[in-house]
Amino acid sequence: MSRKAKLILKKTISIIFCGLVYIFLFLPISVIVVNSFNATTSKPYLTWKGFTFDWYVKLFDNSTLLRSFGATIAVALISTLLATAIGTIAAVGMYKYKFKGKNVIDGLLYIPVVIPEIVLGISLLTLFSNVHIPRGMITLVLAHTTFSTPYVIFNVRARLSGYDNSIEEASMDLGANRITTFKNITLPVLAPGIGAGALLAFTLSIDDVIVSYFTNGQVKTFPLKVMESIKSGVAPDVNALSTLILIGTIILVILTQSNIFKKDR
Amino acid sequence: MAEIVKLRNVNKIYGTNHVVKDLNLDVYEGEFLTLLGSSGCGKTTTLRMIAGFEEPTSGTIQVENEDIHNKEPFERDVNTVFQSYALFPHMTIYDNVAYGLKMKKVKKAEIKERVTEMIDLVQLGGFEKRYPSQLSGGQKQRVAIARALINKPKVLLLDEPLGALDLKLRKQMQLELKRLQKKLNITFIYVTHDQEEALTMSDRICIMNEGVMQQIGTPSEIYESPQTRFVATFIGETNLFDGSVTDTTEDKLHIQIEPGDFNVPKDDFKKGDMLVISVRPERMLYSETPVEGFNLEGIVKEQIYVGSILKTVVRLSNGNEVKIERLAGQELPKGGRVYLYWKDGDAKLIKSYDNIFAQAVENIVLQ
Amino acid sequence: MAKLSKHNFRSNTLPAITMVGPVTLWLGFFVAIPLIYVFIMSFCSIDEGYNVVFKFTLNNYRRLFDPNYVQIYGSSLFIAFLTTVICIAIGYPFSFLIARTTSKHKALLYMLVIIPFWTNSLIRIYGWRTFLGANGWLNSLLMALHLTDTPVEFLFNRGSTVLGMVYCLFPYMVLPLYTAIEKLDKSLLEASADLGAKSPSTFINVIIPLTMSGIFSGCIMVFIPSLGYFFVSDILGGGNSDVIGNLIERQFQSGNNWPLGSALSIILIAITLLLVKLYQKLGGDMDSLGV
Repeated sequence: MSRKAKLILKKTISIIFCGLVYIFLFLPISVIVVNSFNATTSKPYLTWKGFTFDWYVKLFDNSTLLRSFGATIAVALISTLLATAIGTIAAVGMYKYKFKGKNVIDGLLYIPVVIPEIVLGISLLTLFSNVHIPRGMITLVLAHTTFSTPYVIFNVRARLSGYDNSIEEASMDLGANRITTFKNITLPVLAPGIGAGALLAFTLSIDDVIVSYFTNGQVKTFPLKVMESIKSGVAPDVNALSTLILIGTIILVILTQSNIFKKDR
Repeated sequence: MAEIVKLRNVNKIYGTNHVVKDLNLDVYEGEFLTLLGSSGCGKTTTLRMIAGFEEPTSGTIQVENEDIHNKEPFERDVNTVFQSYALFPHMTIYDNVAYGLKMKKVKKAEIKERVTEMIDLVQLGGFEKRYPSQLSGGQKQRVAIARALINKPKVLLLDEPLGALDLKLRKQMQLELKRLQKKLNITFIYVTHDQEEALTMSDRICIMNEGVMQQIGTPSEIYESPQTRFVATFIGETNLFDGSVTDTTEDKLHIQIEPGDFNVPKDDFKKGDMLVISVRPERMLYSETPVEGFNLEGIVKEQIYVGSILKTVVRLSNGNEVKIERLAGQELPKGGRVYLYWKDGDAKLIKSYDNIFAQAVENIVLQ
Repeated sequence: MAKLSKHNFRSNTLPAITMVGPVTLWLGFFVAIPLIYVFIMSFCSIDEGYNVVFKFTLNNYRRLFDPNYVQIYGSSLFIAFLTTVICIAIGYPFSFLIARTTSKHKALLYMLVIIPFWTNSLIRIYGWRTFLGANGWLNSLLMALHLTDTPVEFLFNRGSTVLGMVYCLFPYMVLPLYTAIEKLDKSLLEASADLGAKSPSTFINVIIPLTMSGIFSGCIMVFIPSLGYFFVSDILGGGNSDVIGNLIERQFQSGNNWPLGSALSIILIAITLLLVKLYQKLGGDMDSLGV
C-alpha cells in the first residue's frame, strides 16, 4: 500500500472511531429528545405513537415538575453564588499568605472532590440529623456549596498561577485601598477562572443526584423527580423539560466558553 | 537642600535573614538617588519599605519630616514603578494612567486633560485605547512611568525599571528618565544592579552590600574615592593590594605589600595599620627602568589592543596580576620586565581592619 | 509594642483570617465534622426501633465480613476496574485524536464531549434503558429486521451496569487526558511519529510516560466514583450487579441501619485514601483532579 493510501486509511479509521464515540455519547440524549415528541400516552411511554408538541405544552400544567425545576435552579444559583464567593476569596488568600495549617485546608478541599459522592451525602445526612437542621432547601444549598467550593478554588488557583502580585501593589501604591484593589484589579483579572469555576459549580449542582438524594427532605429537585418517576416510566413531559434544559445548558456553555477563550488569547 | 526622605536605623529581618542592617539614609529634594548593589543586597527591600509594601522590623522612615509608619501604601505620597511594570492587564493605557486620579476622585474633565498631557509627555500619544498586551517592552515601561508620575508624587520609587529592556532601548530610556526627572523636578529613588546605569543617571549613589550601606556620594566620589574594598571592586575595575604601614615620615607613608613596597603621601594611617590600596587600571603606570619611591616590578603577561586603548596585564612576583590601561602607544615585549608606579593621589588607601573587625564581630554575633 | 502588633496585623494576620477563615469553617463544619460523625456512628448500635444509640460495638464491622457483602465488594471492585479499563481503552485514543487534530473545529469537538457531561445524568442513564430495554428501540429494530423473534435481554446484568458507568464517567477520563496530551511538545510527537512508523513501542516509551499524569488522574476520577454510583446499577443493573454504593444507600434509606451504613462507608473512605495516597506517590497533582 502506498504511503498516501496508508494515511487516508489511518484518517478514515480515526474519523470512524471518533464518530462512534460521539454516537455513544449522544445516543441516550437523542433518545430523550426524540421521546419528548412521542405522542404516546400509556406507561411506560416507550412505543412510538407519532409526533407531537403536546408534552411541551402539558409541561407547563405540571406544577410539581415545574416546582422541582424551580427548586433545582434556586439551589444551583444560591450554592453557586456562595461557593464562588467563598472559593474565590479563599483561593486568593491561600495564594497570597503563608500560614500554618495550609496543608490541612488543602486536604479538606480534596475530600469532597475525590471521595465518592455517596459518602459525602450520608455524612451530611448524619450531620444534619444530629444537629437537627431540618432537611429541605437550606440543607440542599449547604450540601451543594460544600461540593462546589473546591472546584471554584481549583479553577481560580489555576488562573492565579500566572498572576503577577505586583499589580495589586501598584493599585495600592496609586491610592486604592485593599477592598477597592480587590474589586478593581484582583477580581477582573481572575474573572475567567472565577467564571469557569462558577459554571462548573452551577452545572454540578443542577445535575447532582446522590448528595441531594440524602439531604433533600421533602424538596424534590429535578434529578430527584426524575429518579422517582423512573420506577413507573419517565413521562415525555420530563423528557421535554430535559430537552429544554439541555438546550439552555448548551447556549449557556457556548456563550461563557467562547468568552473565556476570547479573554485568554 | 532639604531632606525629603529620612531613614533612621532601619532594620528588616525575615525570620533569621537580616536583609537591611541599621540603614541611615537621607534623600534630598529633587535629587536622583540610586541604590546600587547586587541581588539580595537589600536595595529593593529598602525601596519597598519606603513605598509601604514592607514594614521595617525596627527604625523609622520619614517623608517630609513626617513619620510614615502608620500610613498604608495608598496613603503615602510616593509612587512606584515596578520591575515587572505591573500594568493592569484588563485596562486600556488610558485607564491605567488615569487610575491614580480616579482613586483620588479627581473630576473627569481634569483627569482627561492630565492623562492626555502625561501620555504625550512619555510619547505614547495615540496608544490610549490599546491594552498592555499590545505594547512592546519599552512602551509598557513608559506607561508604568506615566501612571506613577501623574499623581505628582513627592518621591518616585523605581525598582529596576529598565531591567527587562534590551541594551539599546535601555540606554535611550536612561536619558529619557533623566530628562523627565529634571523637567518635573521630582525626587527619584532608583534601584539597580547596573553600575553603569547608576553612574550615568544619578546625582548620588548609595552602594549596598549584604544589607549594609557601604558608601554614599556622587558618582565621581564613589569612583574616585571608594571607602571600602567592596565599593572599590564593585564600581569599575581596579587593582587592589593588601598591605600594612611599615614606616611614616613627615609627608610619606611607607607601605609594604606582599610583592613589594612603595611610598604614598601621608594620610590618617599610622605605623602598623593594615590597609588596602586601590589603583585604577587607567591610573597605573609602568616604566622599563626603576622609579624612585616604588619597589614593585613584574613581567608583562599580555597586551591587547582595544581600539584606542592598550590593555596590559603584568604578573607580579607573588603571582598576582595587575591590569593597566593606557592610550595606545609603544608595545612592550611579552615577558619583559616592567616597574609599576603611579602619581601621588592616584592610589586610594582603604582601611581594611574595619572590615575585618566588623566581619569578626558579626561572626561572633551570628554564632 | 502597640506598633508591633499593628504591623503584624497589617501585613498578614487580619487579611489572611478574613480570606481563608470562611472556607476553613465551612469545610470544617460540612466535611470534617460529618466524616467524624460517620466514623463514630460506625461504632454505634441500634435499638429495636432502628434508632441509633451511642453504645460502643464492633458488630457493624463484624457484619462487613458477611459473605453476601464480601461478594458485592468484589463485584463492585470488578465493575470499577472494568469501567476504568474500558474508559482508558476508548478514552486514550479518542483524547489523543481530538487533542492533536489540526481541524479548525477542535474547540467544537472538545465541547461535544463536555455537553453530555453537563446534562442530567439520571435522564441520560434512563435514555439507555429506553434504548436497550425489552420493548426498547434496539429490540424493536432487531425484531423489525427479523434478526431476532423474542426481545434480547440487554439490561439488568453486570454488562449493562458497566455500560452505564462508562457512559457517566467517560468525560472524567477524557478531560485530564486531553489536557495532558495537548500539553505535549509538537516536535516530540513528530519525532515519535517518525520513529513510530518503525516501532510502535516508541509510543509506549515516549508518549505514554509523558501523559502519565493525565492517565493517573483520569483513573482516580473514574475508579472511585464508580464504587458509589448506586443509581446506575439501580437503573441499568436492576439489582443484579450492586456496587458498594447500593449497600450504603439501602442502610440509610430502606434498611434504616445507619451504623452499619457508616461502617460500609468507612470501606469506601479507606479505598479512596489508599488510591489517593498511591496517586500522590506516583507524582499526581491533586489540583488537576478538580479542574
